[in-house]
Amino acid sequence: MAKSVPLNDVLITGSYNYDQVEEAIGRLILKPQVHKRAWWIFLLGGMMGAGMMATSIGWLLYQGVGIWGNNVPVAWAFDIVNFVWWIGIGHAGTLISAILLLLQQQWRNSINRFAEAMTIFAVMCAGMYPLLHTGRPWVAIYWLFPYPNILGMFPQFRSALEWDVFAVSTYFTISLVFWFMGLIPDFASLRDRATNKLAKIAYGILSLGWRGSNQHWHRYEQANLLLAGLSTPLVLSVHTIVSYDFAISQVPGWNVTVFPPYFVAGAVFAGFAMVMNFLIPVRAYYGLKDLVTMRHIDWMCKVLLATGLIVFYGYILEVFYALYSGNVYEMRLLDQRLHGYYAWSYWALIFCNGVVPQLFWIPRMRKNLVVVWLVSFVVGIGMWLERFVIIPISLTNNYLTSSNKPYYPTFWDFAMFFGTIGFFTMLMMLFLRFLPAINIFEMKDLVHKVLQGTSKVEPSVANQNRRAEEPVTAGVDR
Amino acid sequence: MSTTHSTQLNAYGPVLGTGTWALVAEFDSPEKLLTAAEGARRAGFKKMDAYTPFPIHGLSEAIGFRDVKVPFSVFAGGLVGGAVGFGLQYYVHVLDYPMNVGGKPLVSLPSMVPITYECTILFAGLTAFFSMLAYNRLPQPYHSVFNTPGFERATQDRFFLAIESTDANFDTEKTAQFLAEFDPITVSEVEA
Repeated sequence: MAKSVPLNDVLITGSYNYDQVEEAIGRLILKPQVHKRAWWIFLLGGMMGAGMMATSIGWLLYQGVGIWGNNVPVAWAFDIVNFVWWIGIGHAGTLISAILLLLQQQWRNSINRFAEAMTIFAVMCAGMYPLLHTGRPWVAIYWLFPYPNILGMFPQFRSALEWDVFAVSTYFTISLVFWFMGLIPDFASLRDRATNKLAKIAYGILSLGWRGSNQHWHRYEQANLLLAGLSTPLVLSVHTIVSYDFAISQVPGWNVTVFPPYFVAGAVFAGFAMVMNFLIPVRAYYGLKDLVTMRHIDWMCKVLLATGLIVFYGYILEVFYALYSGNVYEMRLLDQRLHGYYAWSYWALIFCNGVVPQLFWIPRMRKNLVVVWLVSFVVGIGMWLERFVIIPISLTNNYLTSSNKPYYPTFWDFAMFFGTIGFFTMLMMLFLRFLPAINIFEMKDLVHKVLQGTSKVEPSVANQNRRAEEPVTAGVDR
Repeated sequence: MSTTHSTQLNAYGPVLGTGTWALVAEFDSPEKLLTAAEGARRAGFKKMDAYTPFPIHGLSEAIGFRDVKVPFSVFAGGLVGGAVGFGLQYYVHVLDYPMNVGGKPLVSLPSMVPITYECTILFAGLTAFFSMLAYNRLPQPYHSVFNTPGFERATQDRFFLAIESTDANFDTEKTAQFLAEFDPITVSEVEA
């Protein structure tokens, strides 16, 4: 990986025509030999993680939630920390695919598919935690879903936890539908390009007979825009509702009105960090540097910086609210956070999320891929710590001092957490192998726009910022 | 540029089906396709469609295709979803199992907002996806246009315009000549 890469102002570098765009993306699927040793290492590592997760789930179902460290007063711990962390990571995908589509940001085209896949897999990981936290998921179905049963019982719709069920399941369904819809035209491309008979049949079935007719595209674009318009408030509502789990309760440190915007910003922050953690190695390894350019990385760094500042503002407000409230319990919690038993986690959080991302003010740091990757990694850890600081630390400080009790995670808490990371990695590797990692037809559209000169980033403007030895704009062969 | 492209009717005649489905012209750029579609609409052709690897801005206008069924279906889906979400909570908390929680009213509207909202989005989003498929008649494994020679490039880098034989102005010879004026790579007669 190059230490410092010059920044140019184009969304596609190199000379590309429609066919070459498709070749560059499609070869990840149609030419298995591009997946070399590193892919296998990550796949096998991910599979081992997934195995650990399965073991951990099996033991949990057999033995009960007692194998985890949660116990009253800390009834929510790793499971909810990880739930919120994963669901936050998922939000970047929807942000990139929906909000940036509505804002007509063309740079999203080459990263949206990847980020959407991350959304689906992250929400899968997230969804497991609350289900398993119930201890008996097969019974939990009537606690969670309003299905008519002989007990005559219904869930309590006035509870934020029930809102969560609806928010997360809607989010997963809509994200999946949005993702699959975007894949249909690309499946058709792969169907027509595949030489392997099995691949041709599989992609033929998945493409649903898509033939790229103008009527198809016309309705597709309508549906796509509407789904983007629906997903945008959805993604904001999901993390808002997740934050209500805390904000509408009376636990010190949770009952704060800044939670919804601060959680949403934190979700985008963590999500963009995760996108970069995966995308930087992938673009280097699979030669996608012309399609995911340094300009994309630069923009993502700036989004990271902006959301990081919002999150940091949230931390400052938490301190302010505690002091301004005059509430004994709030102030005691603040004291615990700053100087207490878990103070290390609070200061680590401030370092990871408040201090480290400030490196991105310096343009040179945004061009150094090693720095970008490391900062993103640190942000991922920081966002996990944020949830840890909010959830178990608040719960260890009860209104009744006599019931205060510290919290310790067990081996199985860690097994489950690292297990889901393995599961996520495995799914991402399979995604790279079997599905187009970059949206093929949107990239062709971008090539067309660059040719026409209607791209937001004009080739002429782009050329001014180029270094002489770099290749010229995208071109089509006639 | 275009001099190398020979325009000819496809050599092999009817093989499948019951007759000509359409004349299909193949272009190498979206601009040529747009010109041809515009010309065909002006010439009075109605039953035609274009096949492209990516959505092309202005093509629907050039062909004269207008359709707003998807947006209206989504709107209806959203209304139904909102009604279902609210109705579910109302049924449970007021009709089926009224429960007094801290003396709060049974219909406590603010607490009913999130689920009503999520159901609206869920129904509207699913309607967007399924109505798009339904109006496009997908999944559809077979379509006559797949008989076009070289049609696999319609999802790659070629742009096709099909004028269907059911069109009132359709005449195999004359329409083929008409299409040839727009500098296509090939014009093929495609069987149903």
